[in-house]
Amino acid sequence: MGFWDRLLGRGEPPSREVARERLELVLGYDRAKISPQLLETLKDELINVISQYVEIDRDRVEISLTQDRRQGRLVASIPLRSGRRG
Amino acid sequence: MPARIVTITSGKGGVGKTTATANLGVALALLGKRVVTIDTDIGLRNLDVMLGLENRIVYDLVDVVEGRCRLHQAMIRDKRLPQLYLLPAAQTRDKTAIGPEDLVAVCENLRPDFDFLLIDSPAGIERGFQTAVAPADLVLVVTTPEVASVRDADRVIGLVEADGKGPAQLIINRIKPGLVRRGDMLSTSDVVDVLAVELIGIVPEDERILVAANRGRPVAFDQHSPAGMAFRNVARRLLGEEVPFLSLDKGESFLGRLLGRMRPSD
Repeated sequence: MGFWDRLLGRGEPPSREVARERLELVLGYDRAKISPQLLETLKDELINVISQYVEIDRDRVEISLTQDRRQGRLVASIPLRSGRRG
Repeated sequence: MPARIVTITSGKGGVGKTTATANLGVALALLGKRVVTIDTDIGLRNLDVMLGLENRIVYDLVDVVEGRCRLHQAMIRDKRLPQLYLLPAAQTRDKTAIGPEDLVAVCENLRPDFDFLLIDSPAGIERGFQTAVAPADLVLVVTTPEVASVRDADRVIGLVEADGKGPAQLIINRIKPGLVRRGDMLSTSDVVDVLAVELIGIVPEDERILVAANRGRPVAFDQHSPAGMAFRNVARRLLGEEVPFLSLDKGESFLGRLLGRMRPSD
């Protein structure tokens, strides 16, 4: 990638950044000993369980793995369907 | 003071474990410490050639464990540095020839008479690795700034922790400051951040490593080698000294200028 491309934010990101992002992702799964597929299954089951109690926006549910030092954490964002107001 | 036992490991092969062990051995001996380097890569021994001691081997670690010789008969004294010894691996056996309890027993025998025992671990996370880590007071994990190597280092760091031998400390080997600046190599801070582990050494890529391996004379002997200086710094940190890290990541570093001056063809 040339100097001007980089200055103008065009083209591919530097391979160093790609490497770091890929590492963070793969280490998240390695450390938690779960696969991306397993996480998808977990997400589907979670949606089904929670839906029995509250109405949620199924399409916007997000489950992600984060790392705090070497401590893995599952973070779920589950938007509720807002009830009619007024 | 009884010896401190340090195991050098990596997970992935070819990242510089044996080079690191040989150089730390030399660097610690140069600082006046009595050191035994122990090659536990049974069947694939290399520490002897790195140290240039391959022609002097009579007995090896497996001979000691199986009682064919006494411990001191297998130890080779480095004529350049009388405080430095090598306990070589067997070349004709495999990694099952010695187990964790065997290596622990050998190390306990050596401990009272030395300052450092440096154990060069085989690659992988199987029995050979478990054996190499068993006697350790401290585990050093060597990685290069590449995705595959860092991933394997992470696995090993986790295993060392699970074994109750943690926290491991990290040596990042073969950093190319120019590539990092260009955005094409993970920086030391990238690697340290993702692994969340304490750093003990940053070793720049250095052609003299290759020359040193050809000659069987580790770069730690070489006052002009940047990698040699990096390994000598690790040795000083092992002794508890606060030594600032070579700055390789940002801008035109002092080392970069130095390298540029020494090797105008680069």
